[in-house]
Amino acid sequence: MAFDYDKYLRPGKLPHIWCPGCGHGIAMKGLIRAIDICGLDKNNTAIVSGIGCASRLPGYVDFNTLHTAHGRAAAFATGVKMAKPEMNVICVGGDGDGTAIGGNHFIHACRRNIDMTYVIFNNSIYGMTGGQFSPCTPTGAKASTTVYGNPDPTFDISKLAIGAGATFVARTTAFHATQIDKLIAEGIKHKGMAVIEVLDDCPTTYGRRNKFRSVVDMMKRLKDIAVPVAAASKMTAEQLEGKVLTGVLYKEEKPEYCEQYAQVIAKAQGA
Amino acid sequence: MAKKVALLQGNEACALGALYAGCKFFGGYPITPSTEVAEVMSVELPKVGGKFIQMEDEIAAMASVIGASLTGAKVLTATSGPGVSLKQELIGYACIAEVPCVIINVMRGGPSTGMPTGPGQSDVQQAKWGTHGDHAAIALVPASCQEIFSETVRAFNLAEKYRMPVQVLFDEIVGHSRERIEFPEPGDLEVIDRQGPTVPPEEYKPFDTSFGDVPPLAAFGTGYRFHVTGLNKAQDGFPTTKASLVDDEQRRQIRKVDAAQADIEKNEEYLTEDAEIVIFAYGSTSRSARYAVNELRKEGIKAGLFRPITLWPFPEKRVAALAKQAKAIIVPEMNLGQMVLEVERVAKGACEIGFLGRVDGEPINPGQIIDKVKEVK
Ligand SMILES: Cc1ncc(C[n+]2csc(CCOP(=O)(O)OP(=O)(O)O)c2C)c(N)n1
Ligand code: SF4
Repeated sequence: MAFDYDKYLRPGKLPHIWCPGCGHGIAMKGLIRAIDICGLDKNNTAIVSGIGCASRLPGYVDFNTLHTAHGRAAAFATGVKMAKPEMNVICVGGDGDGTAIGGNHFIHACRRNIDMTYVIFNNSIYGMTGGQFSPCTPTGAKASTTVYGNPDPTFDISKLAIGAGATFVARTTAFHATQIDKLIAEGIKHKGMAVIEVLDDCPTTYGRRNKFRSVVDMMKRLKDIAVPVAAASKMTAEQLEGKVLTGVLYKEEKPEYCEQYAQVIAKAQGA
Repeated sequence: MAKKVALLQGNEACALGALYAGCKFFGGYPITPSTEVAEVMSVELPKVGGKFIQMEDEIAAMASVIGASLTGAKVLTATSGPGVSLKQELIGYACIAEVPCVIINVMRGGPSTGMPTGPGQSDVQQAKWGTHGDHAAIALVPASCQEIFSETVRAFNLAEKYRMPVQVLFDEIVGHSRERIEFPEPGDLEVIDRQGPTVPPEEYKPFDTSFGDVPPLAAFGTGYRFHVTGLNKAQDGFPTTKASLVDDEQRRQIRKVDAAQADIEKNEEYLTEDAEIVIFAYGSTSRSARYAVNELRKEGIKAGLFRPITLWPFPEKRVAALAKQAKAIIVPEMNLGQMVLEVERVAKGACEIGFLGRVDGEPINPGQIIDKVKEVK
């Protein structure tokens, strides 16, 4: 039987704002399936975003939803989680939102290892504001503010998350739609900070400028660059040039922030 | 039974006032001269099962308190000038999304890092205008340790009652002075909790004005699923750009404070009944002013003190009346002319306005005020 997305969508809120061919819709469907896999209670789940095209997601889904300011999702979400640790907290947002303006909050949420799941929709560009480059835009690529080619080096979000202390880090792409739900579900089940990077596409502001003739071309690129971690271990550095690893990239059990704070409370109360 | 008393710093009294009001969450980032508020909260909150978190910066601190407030908790953050500047975008968020929260600003000199340990009163206009867009503001300016305690409690009450951020500003002198404080017993001071929904979850709209200009606020995780955004929105909480809805929302959010001015306003007056010279002073400056009034009266000069405790919304009616009664209003403040602008605006030329500003990190002393009064006399 076909999956029933309606159960999780808010009645009357579609159509969404996303352009035809935008990868954000694929990522949203993956997130919904992941929530279903985990059997999360809608009343006990908060979805928090920043600002950007990706960050419009919370408006469409039927949970406790919080659309914050540009870059601040992780910081708002930290407040929600700390105040009510029994809630499932999921952050969503774009690469610009999460790693440029929100970079500081992102790394510190990772460092605390607070129990939330952060899904970054990495389309390598600022979609909503019309295609300026983001920290994830490939060097040399065209954006509305890098018409001569992007001179900036690029963030590897997953490596950044691992370096900052996240205890579950995974990556997939909008092409690998059936992997999105599995990885997000694993992230949700993980106790601690889980980061799932979903490489997706912005045909409107990135594809056009960078000579992708169609959405299919962009999807094809996602398919071509992805290499599952297991396969990568058998490949040479040369073969891995220009590829990105997908699957679970890192997993570790470590004390979680809210649990650590529960011990502070116990100590303060004389336990 | 005698009241419990202590010798406390203003900042410590602030933290204890917050706990009295039922604060259960503090998100902050250290900055002098406000740090003791955070320090006391870090010790006391876990004792009552509350949460303290030191965030990575002031923006994050502001974000965390808004997030926590949406779960139903009473929330506090404390900072100083540069920190408030960082929080400004999210203070606007709390205004438009109507999220109760209390922001303490222990004022120091500025702009920028200015004088970290020097007192100032130069954030008073920031408290009114310090975010983008049109919005209402509530700001309180206690002048003593005891009053910091009670005004912090009142700030929580106003935040919860009117569903909005409330700022409490005190200058470094009041924040760091040690004074005797008498602790109110539970029940002595009113403690107000926000109005929750009375309708079932299916019918709940987070901005439903059929309940008045301050719509009831549900909490995340209680079965009421709703959407919160910083965008202009309709009553159901979802974004809209429809002109009439945007206009309604913007005006209502300002009207809810305007209409409640009588409830929010609080002033203290000393010998103003027959005053020919009224000194308008707040915070630590008002204490020098009170001394000055006593000295001036000894010399036969009919001076009086008007001390706003609620700075925003501004006590327009009363100040306008005093301007008609008095020959002059003197405004001493630790800035180069901020609240004096407001006094001038409402006095509408009815009396002379004298100004005395000081920004060298030293308090305004009674002698300076006396000299200024004699100058205009
Ligand atoms: C403080 C602030 N700065 C800038 C903006 C403008 N802005 C809105 S969305 C956005 C970029 C969004 O890009 P990304 O997060 O990558 O998401 P996408 O739109 O690509 O999904 C920017 C810069 C803003 N809203 N607030
Ligand atoms: S602009 Fe780009 S990111 Fe935004 S909706 Fe369109 S395709 Fe998606």
